[in-house]
Amino acid sequence: MAKVTIDGIEVEVPNGSTIIQAAEAAGIEIPRFCYHERLSIAGNCRMCLVEVEKAPPKPIASCGYPVADGMVVHTDTPMVRNARRGVMEFLLINHPLDCPICDQGGECDLQDQAMGYGMDHSRYAENKRAVKDKNLGPLVKTVMTRCIHCTRCIRFITEVAGVPDLGATARGEHMEVGTYVEKALGSELSANIIDLCPVGALTSKPYAFVARPWELQKVDSIDVLDAVGANIRVDARGPEVLRILPRINEDVNEEWLGDKSRFSVDGLKRRRLDRPWVRVDGKLQPATWSEAFAAVHEKLRGVPGERIGAVAGNLCDAESMLALKELMVALGSSNLDCRQDGAKIDIARRDFYCFNTGIAGIEEADALLILGSNPRREAPVLNARIRKTWLNNGMPVGVVGTETELTYPVTALGAELSVLSGLIDGTHAFGKALRDAKKPMVIVGQAALARPDGSAVLAAAWKLAGEIGALAPDWHGFNVLHTAAARVGALDLGFVPGPRGRDLAGMLGGGVDVLWLLGADEFDTSAIGPNTFVIYQGHHGDAGAHRADVILPGAAYTEKHGTYVNTEGRVQHGFMAVYPPGEAREDWRIIRALSEMLGKTLPYDTLEAVRARLAQVNPAFANVGFLPRFGASDLTAPAGDPAAIGSEPLVPAIASYYQTDPISRASPTMAACVTAHAPATAIAAE
Amino acid sequence: MAGSPDSPGNAGFEQPASFALDAESEAEIAKLVAKYPPGRQASAVIPSLYVVQRQMQRQTGSAWVPVKAMDAVAHRLGMAPIRVYEVATFYFMFNTRPIGKYHLQVCTTTPCWLRGSDEVTRTCRELTGIKGWGETSEDGMFTMTEVECLGACVNAPILQVDDDFYEDMDAEKVTALIAALRRGERPKVGSMAGRQGSAPEGGPTTLTTLSFAPEA
Repeated sequence: MAKVTIDGIEVEVPNGSTIIQAAEAAGIEIPRFCYHERLSIAGNCRMCLVEVEKAPPKPIASCGYPVADGMVVHTDTPMVRNARRGVMEFLLINHPLDCPICDQGGECDLQDQAMGYGMDHSRYAENKRAVKDKNLGPLVKTVMTRCIHCTRCIRFITEVAGVPDLGATARGEHMEVGTYVEKALGSELSANIIDLCPVGALTSKPYAFVARPWELQKVDSIDVLDAVGANIRVDARGPEVLRILPRINEDVNEEWLGDKSRFSVDGLKRRRLDRPWVRVDGKLQPATWSEAFAAVHEKLRGVPGERIGAVAGNLCDAESMLALKELMVALGSSNLDCRQDGAKIDIARRDFYCFNTGIAGIEEADALLILGSNPRREAPVLNARIRKTWLNNGMPVGVVGTETELTYPVTALGAELSVLSGLIDGTHAFGKALRDAKKPMVIVGQAALARPDGSAVLAAAWKLAGEIGALAPDWHGFNVLHTAAARVGALDLGFVPGPRGRDLAGMLGGGVDVLWLLGADEFDTSAIGPNTFVIYQGHHGDAGAHRADVILPGAAYTEKHGTYVNTEGRVQHGFMAVYPPGEAREDWRIIRALSEMLGKTLPYDTLEAVRARLAQVNPAFANVGFLPRFGASDLTAPAGDPAAIGSEPLVPAIASYYQTDPISRASPTMAACVTAHAPATAIAAE
Repeated sequence: MAGSPDSPGNAGFEQPASFALDAESEAEIAKLVAKYPPGRQASAVIPSLYVVQRQMQRQTGSAWVPVKAMDAVAHRLGMAPIRVYEVATFYFMFNTRPIGKYHLQVCTTTPCWLRGSDEVTRTCRELTGIKGWGETSEDGMFTMTEVECLGACVNAPILQVDDDFYEDMDAEKVTALIAALRRGERPKVGSMAGRQGSAPEGGPTTLTTLSFAPEA
């Protein structure tokens, strides 16, 4: 540790820290453009100049200058102020004065810092340079004349995203940031460069000229478009959600967000179910709530409990799934399922279906086997964490599956699951690499579980984890990576077939007379029996709604207070940013209202009461936000015979990153991404 | 020279659709890569770009580095293509657009300028018909570029043709040089005034009495 005095405040920081980090520790803010705590140090903006006693008598860039014991730093002397003013003047020489038409206005670092260090006029009378705008695809809008060459975007795309597409070409007056050859950015995390850009050079293309930051209501929420549960901020104006930005949560998404989660927002305004519908004479007709409820009531009367089924979708909040499950139980049905992909998951214990290592825990791992998952497409933020770990310790990564371009080098073990036996008994070369590791990890994806022999694969993966030492008292290296945000919550609530209950496959083809789809669109709805009465409760007119006999309009994730459990098993609350459109209502309230009409009144009518009931059903729901780290205490394997693995090769769990759910399928921006990235962009790991 | 291939300044020429390293280039790059420790082959990027520029000269008569050639270098050295683009555009010795058969590089930095680089420039322009820096003559024979100090100030002014220095230039010598180039000849490089290296014109002027006889 080194003792440093900054503006009279003494702080102790680890050796090797830089002055800017020490200042941060002392609570002193130093202006900066190029420095970012999650990227490598570039030291090229020169805005963070400070004065250091007994150092060379010149301003020192604090972002790249390591501290020494006893160092005395001044961040606010006349010399420092003058130096920063000089830097600012140079930065503004080629920066256009177009703040009134710039989307960054109001949240621009350059604007803010020019208030502190800018002059009231410019001494530069010559022509400013102009740079041609680049086309970086459908998400990132560029106005390259505004670029101040901080290179944050280049460093992010190269280091964090691992898709080195951006660079600085030419030099001096002619230096330009761009891709050199015109191409769309090939990363699923590309839009984070919009947040990183300290000026208006990179802004959001779909959000261009839509709103000013001070017009927006900012509400904290949780992303549901993948199972990572990234923390987001929903920015709304009036009844409209205008954009979604990441919030910092070191344990989950750091400060990154996948492109789909950020830009599917325009899908929230399209194809919405904003009123109830009832099918009359084979055609869906608009109806009132009471008509819709009456139709459901009419149909359910006289249908025995075992002929009723319910399927929970991928975007559901835990509250609505709890209400639906309890209504089904009250009606005498145990036909429940939340696994639309048919994944064979053992819910006997929570660590059979959670990402037990934790997302932050990945950084401790020193070897990784990915089994039937493409984290780059299924959970890009989590994939960035794997890449970060690989950058830190160069851990070997093996992939059983078809896709191997994961932004870090991998050992491709083929798509055949027969390789598992070799890994388990250690005869395979990669099995040795896993055994040599101190903290090995296994990630099992849905592609490995959503197949007839899924439980065998799960058991084999557990066995492998035990063999390689991933199941230790202080290290739980067995992980299931989900693709659906609602999945772990549903499993925690036991939204799976009860005793003698039917699973989704059993409910299809006339297995039940009444089928309640709670936002379930990800299975082949044409397989539902022709005489099955389908109640669709959800927010988008997608596959499920087309087959429905009654549509109950629900709320999307930005329109309700919801509890979501991410793939780690972390319980998080999202808050309502806007009201649901038209007559749509919060989902658990719809079920609660209907239960009263059916004479099976559910015993809660406030959000607090539902959440209290959630915690009663599974104590995990009482633990919001925080997830304790745990080791593997019980080595009992999940049900399944590891020897019963079939010979079918693995197929990817999701076909396209950009369209996986009703919201992203309704989004024109996501459709544009699909077009821009077809065929899939090739990457070169650097 | 600056900017991306699709920027307006670089419009008006075609990038080749493909580029493959030929055997000669492959052998040269292999030699370059061998100079660095394993895994550090990216260090060979600058000389490798020279290799492909010379390959283009062999194959097309114009020494330049098209994007496909940069991609080939990136692939050969296991680098991301953008890292090669950055290097190739940073150094003006790499031509990112086609040039003429001969690349006339006139040094106009102070010592050359004091010794008459204006005359060299003017003569080159008159003889080739080139109007501005960076342009190529209509017959495709010459491209003229203004360069900064070439480090041979003692023999100023310098006219560099491709990789060769022609020193002590004046209008007459430029005329003779260009005429020779047009005939396909390459006059002897170095001082055009007949000096040996950078020794004084007409032989030594100092230390003439120095004797190297062994001391008695």
